Amino acid sequence: MTTTVAAPGTQIGRSAPRRDAHEKLRGQAQFVGDMLVPRMLYGKVLRSPIAHGRIVSIDTATAEKMPGVVCVLTGADLADIDPYYGHAIKDRPIVAIDKVRFHGEQVAAVAAETPAAAAAAVDAIVVEFEELPVVGDVATATAPGAPLVTEREIVPGLFHGLGELEPREGNVCYRYRLDKGELESVFARADVVVEGEYTFQSVYQYAMETHTVIAQYEGDQITLWATCQHPFLVRAEIADLFRVPVANVRVQVPYLGGGFGSKSYTKMEPLTVALARKAGRPVKIQNRVAESMVTTRRHNTSCRMRTAATSDGRLLAREVVALFDTGAYADNGPRVVATAGDAAPGPYRWTAYRVDASCVYTNLAPAGSYRAFGATHMQWIGESQVDEVARRCGLDPLEVRRQNLCVPGEEIRAGGKPLDADLVGDVEKVAAAVGWDDPKSPLVGRGVSVGLLAAGAHPVSSAVCRLEADGRVVVLVGTTEMGQGPRTAFAQIAAEELRIDADRVTVRGADTRFTPYDRSTGASRSTTIAGLAVQRAAADIRQQLERIAGTSDIGPDDYLALMRKHFGFAGGELIGRGEVAPVGTGSYAEGPVFWEVCVGAAEVEVDPETGVVRVRRTATCADVGRAINPQLVERQDEGATLQGLGNALFEEMVYEDGLLLNDTLLDYRIPSFDDLPEEMTCVIVENEDGPGPYGAKGCGEGALAAVPAAVVNALADAGVPMNELPLTPERVWRRIQELKEEGKWPQ
Amino acid sequence: VEIALSVNGAPVTRDVAPQELLLDFLRDSLGLTGAKKSCEVQVCGTCTVLVDGLPVSSCCFLAADADGREVRTIEGLAGRPEFERLEEAFTRHAGLQCGFCTPGMLLTVSALLESGELSSEDEIKRNLAGNICRCTGYRGILEAVEELAAAR
Repeated sequence: MTTTVAAPGTQIGRSAPRRDAHEKLRGQAQFVGDMLVPRMLYGKVLRSPIAHGRIVSIDTATAEKMPGVVCVLTGADLADIDPYYGHAIKDRPIVAIDKVRFHGEQVAAVAAETPAAAAAAVDAIVVEFEELPVVGDVATATAPGAPLVTEREIVPGLFHGLGELEPREGNVCYRYRLDKGELESVFARADVVVEGEYTFQSVYQYAMETHTVIAQYEGDQITLWATCQHPFLVRAEIADLFRVPVANVRVQVPYLGGGFGSKSYTKMEPLTVALARKAGRPVKIQNRVAESMVTTRRHNTSCRMRTAATSDGRLLAREVVALFDTGAYADNGPRVVATAGDAAPGPYRWTAYRVDASCVYTNLAPAGSYRAFGATHMQWIGESQVDEVARRCGLDPLEVRRQNLCVPGEEIRAGGKPLDADLVGDVEKVAAAVGWDDPKSPLVGRGVSVGLLAAGAHPVSSAVCRLEADGRVVVLVGTTEMGQGPRTAFAQIAAEELRIDADRVTVRGADTRFTPYDRSTGASRSTTIAGLAVQRAAADIRQQLERIAGTSDIGPDDYLALMRKHFGFAGGELIGRGEVAPVGTGSYAEGPVFWEVCVGAAEVEVDPETGVVRVRRTATCADVGRAINPQLVERQDEGATLQGLGNALFEEMVYEDGLLLNDTLLDYRIPSFDDLPEEMTCVIVENEDGPGPYGAKGCGEGALAAVPAAVVNALADAGVPMNELPLTPERVWRRIQELKEEGKWPQ
Repeated sequence: VEIALSVNGAPVTRDVAPQELLLDFLRDSLGLTGAKKSCEVQVCGTCTVLVDGLPVSSCCFLAADADGREVRTIEGLAGRPEFERLEEAFTRHAGLQCGFCTPGMLLTVSALLESGELSSEDEIKRNLAGNICRCTGYRGILEAVEELAAAR
């Protein structure tokens, strides 16, 4: 049998078809919700109906006696372990203990033979609460004498990655500060100062597959099938909580029905394991949408920002004070806040800036990661101030950016990675794509936006390639496939190294018992970091073959003969190993691994009678260094664009006194086919300036940060500057009425 | 109640609870897990199946109401000759990512291609608005469907 030989450079840079298309199109792809485990029970969670209160009593007696019920779990069952977890701050009990801190918090859980029996038993649990004052927003939480959401001091989690954590100050659990130059004196001599107060709403990630976990606890072995993006981090937290060796915890992740950050770190896994432990049988818990909405969400934010410039449009200084509502438990809040702090100044040549970003506890559901976190929160604010500077100076916004944007090699943050992208080139390309200089009617506006997102997370990944005795290659890597396409990209990378066709490479899913360590799937890191590990693992096989041959002059057609020579029969396999570890300490301050480019443009049309904003054109820049699979790159940007339009125009979790009012898709709207812009362009830029394989760097998040900012700027260009998202017709219409009263409309 | 129906061309007779949903019946009793549960309020379209050739949200459709009718799921559609064109177009245009919405999307597309209700970009955007995809941004799906409609 001969191997299909592929010429160098032919396996990457081409739009190979998705490796999972066949299974997924035919409905054969397995998700956790499709899986059954022998003797499996169904778990159902009793969730708090109030936002803040003391648990006076829980009566489970009736529920426990109901038909089909195996057990009921409450906080009292966790006395033998330290039940607090959280990868950043260990502030969250597996199930409520003494207090509930948000509407939807887990108060008890039932394991039963059928979902219906579990649901009926949950209804039969009687809980008496004593209500406490609700800390419903960041202003209340940071006011003097505010009630405390938690009395616990900060206990660092395993993976916050932010150096030494400071003690909690009231309800503030983390603060990130940047300070450069003499801020006050620069503001004092500025010709132009733009300032404002801004609010960004809470958003639900809506991975269409809700959080679902099957857990089995036998002896000291814990097995999980879980909708988690980071199986190795979940493994570590479960081992830590239940006091078993890391290797005794097996986390398997089949296909994920979307993630977008909502399945990052640990979510429903601890509760499911605790319930399985008590039941003595495997248990499956599958959230409903309303439950996943209170499992994690995007931080709502309030921000004060001011920007100083000269009258000829030179940007001088910026000051940012931002409060991030992380809800009752920190989740990934500290990292979100640090990333937002890094994004807040924007990639300009500042004389001075000061950033003070706080992560604040409130009685809302915990907020964590959502695609392009931090950058999405800050970019629309900072970029709207840059456009306001341009307007006041009578300059083209594109010209102000050409004048002030950093160039490759310049400092972005002291001690961190210098700029590794051509931002001026990027923004010019997206501006051209929306017809920047074309004539337009007064109700049409165009805007651009530029930003950076600290990407890559902690750069630790490993991969194993197995060259089998039939000439096929299997790649084992812990990256989870949630639609972004790593199995396809990794097959292309391994094939390129071994000069075979990508069809001959199979990439397996994450199973912590067999796949080697990968820190996480998120922060646009997989192609760059796990992909580099795959490249090294495949190159390792190639080197082994060359050693066996005694020459580097071998081709894929020689592989099988060389293996037979080495093993002396028709079996055996060559195992290639690839590892990526940090250069330097890998600390947050030295990072990021790369700056993900967030550059976009939009053209909108506003209807002043109704306040409806119609997005006609969008353009985003996928500055990816090298596109391993250009089609998948474009599709990532398009998906992020639609999510960006949802974030900008209408998606909003509405809270009143800590109660979530719109917890179904009937009243929380997700972008549909109807919301597609007339034109959506993705410009791929390949400068081979990334740290990944072949100069690649990650993508897929930047567009989500860039699009809302571009839409806000386009709307301001049409005469309606906004400082509050989302841009619902009502908000826009009210703003136009204000502008009329101020004599600024029509402009 | 006892129901007798056709599922993917094969006769099925079962006793179901009056309140049992078609989605749960297909997934739990028949093991047809291609239809997915998500919003449960007939908005997202992941649970779409065809009943007598028309797309319905099986999360809001009683199994008992399927009595005497023909139900087609993705497992059935995938076995039909016309499926190859769908598969080829969706694969080539990368009209899928995580794959969770994909079965429902394909069933709606197959029914509306049949009835000729996807003949322009506007019509596609309007008539597929009942199937949400959070991943793709719809562009790849739109391209695949436009090509399929043009080839008819």
